[in-house]
Amino acid sequence: MEAGYEKLLEVEDLSIAFRQRQRETLAVDRISFSVRRGETVALVGESGSGKSVTALSVLKLLPYPAAHHPSGSIRFKNQELLSLSEADIRHVRGNDITIIFQEPMTSLNPLHTVEKQIGESLLLHQGLAGQPARARTLELLHQVGIPAPETRLSSYPHQLSGGQRQRVMIAIALANEPDLLIADEPTTALDVTVQAQILALLKELQTRLGMAMLFITHDLGIVRKLADTVCVMKAGRIVEHGGVERVFTAPEHAYTRALLEAEPRPDPAPLCPDAPMIIETKDLKVWFPIKRGVMRRVVGHIKAVDGVSIAVRQGETLGIVGESGSGKTTLGLAILRLVSSEGPIVFLGSKISGLTFRKMRPFRRHMQIVFQDPYGSLSPRMSVSDIVEEGLGVHDPKSGKQQREQRVVAALREVGLDPETRFRYPHEFSGGQRQRIALARAVVLEPSFIVLDEPTSALDMLIQAQMVELLRALQKRCNLTYLFISHDLRVVAALASRLVVMRHGKVMEEGPAAELFAGPRSDYTRALFAAAFKLETAPEGIVAQ
Amino acid sequence: MDERTSIEVPETTAQSPMGLAVPPERHHLAISPLNARRWQNFKANRRGYAAFWIFLVLFVVSLFAEFIANDKPFYVRYDGKSFFPVFVTYPETTFGGEFETAADYRDPYLQKLIAEKGGYMLWPPIRYSYNTQNLDLPTPAPSKPTWLLSEKECKAVVERKGLSSCRDLEYNWLGTDDQGRDVVARLIYGFRISVLFGLALTGISSVIGVAAGAVQGYFGGWTDLLFQRFIEIWTAVPGLYLLLIISSVLAPGFFVLLGILLLFSWVSLVGLVRAEFLRGRNFEYIQAARALGVSNGTIMFRHLLPNAMVATMTFLPFILSSSVAALTSLDFLGFGLPPGSPSLGEMLSQAKANVQAPWLGIAAFVTVATMLSLLIFIGEAVRDAFDPRKTQG
Repeated sequence: MEAGYEKLLEVEDLSIAFRQRQRETLAVDRISFSVRRGETVALVGESGSGKSVTALSVLKLLPYPAAHHPSGSIRFKNQELLSLSEADIRHVRGNDITIIFQEPMTSLNPLHTVEKQIGESLLLHQGLAGQPARARTLELLHQVGIPAPETRLSSYPHQLSGGQRQRVMIAIALANEPDLLIADEPTTALDVTVQAQILALLKELQTRLGMAMLFITHDLGIVRKLADTVCVMKAGRIVEHGGVERVFTAPEHAYTRALLEAEPRPDPAPLCPDAPMIIETKDLKVWFPIKRGVMRRVVGHIKAVDGVSIAVRQGETLGIVGESGSGKTTLGLAILRLVSSEGPIVFLGSKISGLTFRKMRPFRRHMQIVFQDPYGSLSPRMSVSDIVEEGLGVHDPKSGKQQREQRVVAALREVGLDPETRFRYPHEFSGGQRQRIALARAVVLEPSFIVLDEPTSALDMLIQAQMVELLRALQKRCNLTYLFISHDLRVVAALASRLVVMRHGKVMEEGPAAELFAGPRSDYTRALFAAAFKLETAPEGIVAQ
Repeated sequence: MDERTSIEVPETTAQSPMGLAVPPERHHLAISPLNARRWQNFKANRRGYAAFWIFLVLFVVSLFAEFIANDKPFYVRYDGKSFFPVFVTYPETTFGGEFETAADYRDPYLQKLIAEKGGYMLWPPIRYSYNTQNLDLPTPAPSKPTWLLSEKECKAVVERKGLSSCRDLEYNWLGTDDQGRDVVARLIYGFRISVLFGLALTGISSVIGVAAGAVQGYFGGWTDLLFQRFIEIWTAVPGLYLLLIISSVLAPGFFVLLGILLLFSWVSLVGLVRAEFLRGRNFEYIQAARALGVSNGTIMFRHLLPNAMVATMTFLPFILSSSVAALTSLDFLGFGLPPGSPSLGEMLSQAKANVQAPWLGIAAFVTVATMLSLLIFIGEAVRDAFDPRKTQG
């Protein structure tokens, strides 16, 4: 340890406020924490708790002067960062302190090659160019575990997978051997298996290079696995602060306890082998043609769903899990006849495959869908009441205005929303509330079958748990049947009675959920479960990079 | 109650795309009919709101131009009977004249006849219509605004009419044009015809443009491909020259000009609406609507069109102002409305021909500039009003 300072980063009494239309809002309220050399500190909290703002303020990346600091100091190696000029802070950024962001799709410039993007950082801070820069770039790419780095130098970001992009981001961050790496939810946008790989990589690099890490996340599982010290943030304050072991075993603050208990309570729907069949598919295929050339000849197919047979009985929840690109969402859409598919689909005893859109309409009231993105699935230009009522207008055109309104009110109550808010627009609601509106739109038609396409993925932990409870309560009350699509195995484990594991459009494994979780048969399922529940990586070759 | 009471609804939080925690917007609006909110947003844009009222007043006033600037009185009392010359054309003989021709109420001879029978006339504030020639001009036309005349200039007219000074003459507040017609009267009528023309052109071309864009964007594929190529060729045609050629073949009138300008103005919205529909048809809430069984037509109208409307709305003031400008420029070149029509473009071309008469140019310029600015301010406010993410501010 170098002499002169014991703590690498010291944040003391820091406040961050935003000025918006003459209104002052405090985003972060007098927080203090410190990061020692080689230590990993995690900031945990739900969205809006101020954790990302804190991280950005360390590098002065906030939109000044709209953002400002009413109090506090940030000292890095005993040097005050807040008072540094823009020119001086640039020497710290990307050199002593680096940052990796959440979204690997957008944090790389799509117009530049990997070599150029890594080389830029080398050129700026070390003046490296030409052959030495290339050598160092190769070394970095090797370090972050990109196979055959020579072939990747001239690749553009779109030619890399999500996990590889995040590896490139990490390579850029490591280029100048920083003392502190800030990771702002670096794995949130990635699949569980890839997440496990990236976390393992970060951990390994940290021990090898001896750098400190400030890790921002909402995922307590990651914190437990990775961090030494944890700061729990809520509404701009650090409510609890301490060693990981202590915080997880003996949480002091009520909010920390709530977060730890936010794990969705496992109480899956029962298996009903004698109940009537709700929906059944045989060898269902969704192939998208790949066309080439002037004549648009079909040269091949993308097999999004490739021969999937499923069967769901009344009152059951069929969980469909898999990585992104495994075809689970397409399967859900195909079952609802929203994308064209091949193969028989039998719904409530009638064959619905091949029916025209018009002939499908009578069935639609019995089969509904809730989408992943609570922001995209509600029309921003319709009020909540209009959104929920729309289906009634299609399926019950004769019912009176008053009658419909009553049903809208009842549906909103059903999903735990105040019916008085029904004249507002979706943007006035939080993510969890919007998801409830989407659910109300589905249940107002009193369907018997609902496809839930990642309904909890975009939500905070606490709200996720609430949503799971709500779905379970609805299922019991209205005797619903669910097709639950998710990559989040903890949520699936809490709800699903049966499980289908998908990969590359095919079913890898299926069976009663309890059995499958207890003893997965295929290597892929085992790797998926290990990554999801224990954040462990699988041996090479089983999962994608 | 049941389980749902235990499910707590969390506080509203918003997160910006950057991931910075932006403070949630609070709403203290009372729940009211939905359009009230749009009206609030519209009002919140103070400049646009003011422009809206100013424009509305000007437009409504100009709709009643016949009651403001006219060479006919709106009420004549003659021989114990009532006459309404603004609405009915009376022959001169009605008032004891000699000819069967329409009565000219500005004629001193007729005025004398009416006065002799103990009658009287109620005049609009300006006693000129857009085509009334002032026969008592003190100087050769174009003549200065009356309040700028020197006693020497108007001596001849003053003496002929037996008045004492220039200030007793009938005023031409902004002077006359080169045919002795009152500029104020022509501005009022010209403003009206420009706005009506602009509104008609904008309305029709938006309907066509939105419909064409919607069909292209929603159905995509070959429809889109063929339509796009056609529009590319169509827009490559030099519009103004074609307009000049057509308008020299067809006798130009209000509706002929409308049709000609329509040939080219409808394309301006197509690309915009098409893009909105292409983007919008993959939204999850469109999928959700399809899952509800909503028909294509309804989806286009209810879900996609409102999205396209904001983009359309932001474009409307530009189309409106370019329509007005197109009409003005055709008039300026002499290919516009038939001769004698009140037209701002024609006044500008007179101003160009009579540089010694700056009141023509200034008056026409100020009118056109005010009109276009007001329209654009209104357009901005309308855009705000239709933006659902906009809160009061």
